[in-house]
Amino acid sequence: CSAPLKTPSRLKQCIVKLFVQPSRGLVDEKFIILVQKAPPGYQLTVHALHKCEDGHSWEAFGHYISNAIGTVNVSEDPSLGGTYSGVEQMGLLWSLRPVPGSKPGLRLRKMNVQIPMEVTISVYQGHQTEGFMDQVPLASVVVERWYMAPGVSRIPITEDGLTATLFLPPGPGPFPGLLDLWGGGGQLVEYRASLLASHGIASLALDYLTPKITMETRKMVDLQYFEKAYKILEQHPQVHGSSIGMLGLSLGTSITLKMAAYSEVMKLRCAVCISGSHVQPVDGSMEDILKNADRTRVSEENEFIWRDLLLPVPSDLAFKVDMGRLKCPLLVVVGEDDQNWPASESAMDMKEMMEQAGNSHLLTVLSYPNAGHLIEPPYTPHARASLFRSMATREKMMALWGGETAAHSLAQEDAWRKLLVFLRENLYSGTNPGTPSLSHL
Amino acid sequence: MIVTLRLSTMSPPTSPILSVQPTRGLVDEKLKVVVESLPPGSPVTLHSLHHSEDEDYWEAFGHYVSDFRGMVSVSEDLSFGGTYTGKEDMGLLWSMRPVPGSRKGLRLRKMNVCSPMLHNISVYSGHVSEGFREQTPLTSVLVERWYMAPGVKRIDIMEKGVRGTLFIPPGPGPFPGLLDMWGGGGGLIEYRSALLASHGYVSLAMDYFNSQELESADLEFKYFETAFNIIKEHPQVIPDRVGMFGLSLGSLVTMHVAAESTIVKPRCCICVSGSHFYPRDRTIKEVIMEPRSNSHRLRIDENNHHVWRDMWIHLLDDPSKKVDVGKINCPILLVNGKDDQNVPADECAEDIALLMNAAGNGHLLSRVLYPDTGHLIEPPYSPHFRASNFKAAGVATKTVMLLWGGQTKPHSDAQEDAWRKILSFLQHNLYSSTPPRAKL
Repeated sequence: CSAPLKTPSRLKQCIVKLFVQPSRGLVDEKFIILVQKAPPGYQLTVHALHKCEDGHSWEAFGHYISNAIGTVNVSEDPSLGGTYSGVEQMGLLWSLRPVPGSKPGLRLRKMNVQIPMEVTISVYQGHQTEGFMDQVPLASVVVERWYMAPGVSRIPITEDGLTATLFLPPGPGPFPGLLDLWGGGGQLVEYRASLLASHGIASLALDYLTPKITMETRKMVDLQYFEKAYKILEQHPQVHGSSIGMLGLSLGTSITLKMAAYSEVMKLRCAVCISGSHVQPVDGSMEDILKNADRTRVSEENEFIWRDLLLPVPSDLAFKVDMGRLKCPLLVVVGEDDQNWPASESAMDMKEMMEQAGNSHLLTVLSYPNAGHLIEPPYTPHARASLFRSMATREKMMALWGGETAAHSLAQEDAWRKLLVFLRENLYSGTNPGTPSLSHL
Repeated sequence: MIVTLRLSTMSPPTSPILSVQPTRGLVDEKLKVVVESLPPGSPVTLHSLHHSEDEDYWEAFGHYVSDFRGMVSVSEDLSFGGTYTGKEDMGLLWSMRPVPGSRKGLRLRKMNVCSPMLHNISVYSGHVSEGFREQTPLTSVLVERWYMAPGVKRIDIMEKGVRGTLFIPPGPGPFPGLLDMWGGGGGLIEYRSALLASHGYVSLAMDYFNSQELESADLEFKYFETAFNIIKEHPQVIPDRVGMFGLSLGSLVTMHVAAESTIVKPRCCICVSGSHFYPRDRTIKEVIMEPRSNSHRLRIDENNHHVWRDMWIHLLDDPSKKVDVGKINCPILLVNGKDDQNVPADECAEDIALLMNAAGNGHLLSRVLYPDTGHLIEPPYSPHFRASNFKAAGVATKTVMLLWGGQTKPHSDAQEDAWRKILSFLQHNLYSSTPPRAKL
């Protein structure tokens, strides 16, 4: 940019100080942002800037007024405007959005978990809403956000035709294990598994739509693929073989429920299903399960909506997983504004089925109003819609995920905390009283 | 060698859960170490292990007992044995010492500040005092301790004959600056400068030994003035907010420059463990050699450690052998240990106070003196060494075991307290917009 940078005038002499604690934290840790030594009663904008791996810039900002001693504390003071408002300790992260002029349909996902997300937090004079890059801030610091705690090992897994990555917590073990499945977009997405390993669970991120074997043979994997992944975990010397759970989001839920109910090989200790459904052809193959993506509906903004494909929830038992067969605790997480899958309706039907079968004591449903489909680890930006390459149609299109940003972000924070407690309670011995402290989250 | 056991029971693992916060922190940040899901009332050992850049192993450990919930909280519970006892939230770091069987006279210093120090924090069953490597801990985590905050820039300086490393805080600035000088061991020691930059000061760690230019006293003086000006003229530095920070010999240089320079005007000075013995018109090398001519005053104690403390005392009576501290005209903070066995810091501080009061600038002086504290007053939570191997740089001497002094617990307390006072002194004098006052 060749225009001269605007330097704030006499405010410079006050040397505003900015602190962010911790300066290096895990993605699910809260931080405290303090601005000090500003003039009292002064208008300030606290701004966050992140350049993602794809080269796109994301920003968020909040408008504040310093108190009588010239301090702003983002965890205690309300934002009066910006990309978030009210008292929002983590608003600068969850309200991140692509900077003006960016191409539409972006989604923020970390693919390389071995290096952190770097976020530049700055303080600007006045209540600004644009042109941040043309100004010199009063102060700025860099904050690192990690998906991997120190000592977590990252182990690529290629045996048995699998395309997967195993994340092991530090320490001797043995650890409980978890199979981690994403949805219809495919790829090997590692960040949730690495974060779970940072919480003491040996986690295997599994690519089941675009693994090497499928790319080479053009054939979808069969259900034994998942059982092989399970066995890898079960037989690992640092994994406690009888303490393995499974977590799936979206299409991953379909697989998880199928395995939990029907697999003879997998003895799951617990399962977590996020934004998914039990509706699927019971005797179907992977391809059958995927065929659901064929029926679509288009919204006003030309965003494809998928949710209707599975509705209404069938009463025919040939078309949904027999929930009565479940023998392990199940946590179901749904967003009531999910525009991609009828997760809410499915959850209600699952509950009914389990009540009738007498195993509903195993079920916990977390249902979040105004939350959308992509319920991810907390403090990552919400995408109401984004470009999505469907595995079924192979085309890139705009998918509507749903959710209203503030409510969705709150849902992510709450769901993650409850998910960790659920996994801890079910994968570790429950004999000791009291839940482990996760108060730093 | 750690043997990994494969448990084949059907019940879920009962391993306790260890959480250390933050897992990646600055070296002067406190740690919160909590163990949960232990059997209630069970004895455990918390252990920390560090593998240094020199390939030595350092360890610390504390003996605890879990409560009725099966929990141990290091910041709240007491250690009943180990390398530290009592309620010590940072004991696992400051009480570290070389593992049994290590070489003698070791000192722990981080030379590469771009990478963190790694500590393995583990929980062992029972109250263990040795043989940690032959046992498998119940659980362990890895913790990173950094001297550099994210965004701090590290720049090699080779300018106008000055060699050093400049550390610049993140952000547009401008920032106050600091000239940072270590002691007679020489070399380019960066960690304190990196840490100061992480606190918002542009800091230049200077290499003022091994330099061919340092031959005459005059040139040498100019070397420090040039270094000071490099900071002062940096586009991200506020020119009238540059201070000086020295330890040991670096303190001496600081006082000398503050008193005698007509070009350089430090905004404030911090002198840790320094004396004010600087014979006029002598070079630094000669200052170091001064004790050699007094080798009859060198004492070697019962452990074969060299004690230099008393070699300098006679200089107190000779004004021509001391910095003219009456000419210092900026706030100056002296930080000293009462058990400093290398330099008679206590006596020097007293003498400096006398001289400055007589000259009328005593109001600029603040001093802190810590009991049972030795010479090497470093950033907090770093281990204490009562003696270590030392080879004076630039002088043809052999390596000796030099006695620094101090008892571990009081010395570590002093480091923690001094650092806080140092940061607050710097904040007040270099950041505050009102004219600086000397007294803390």
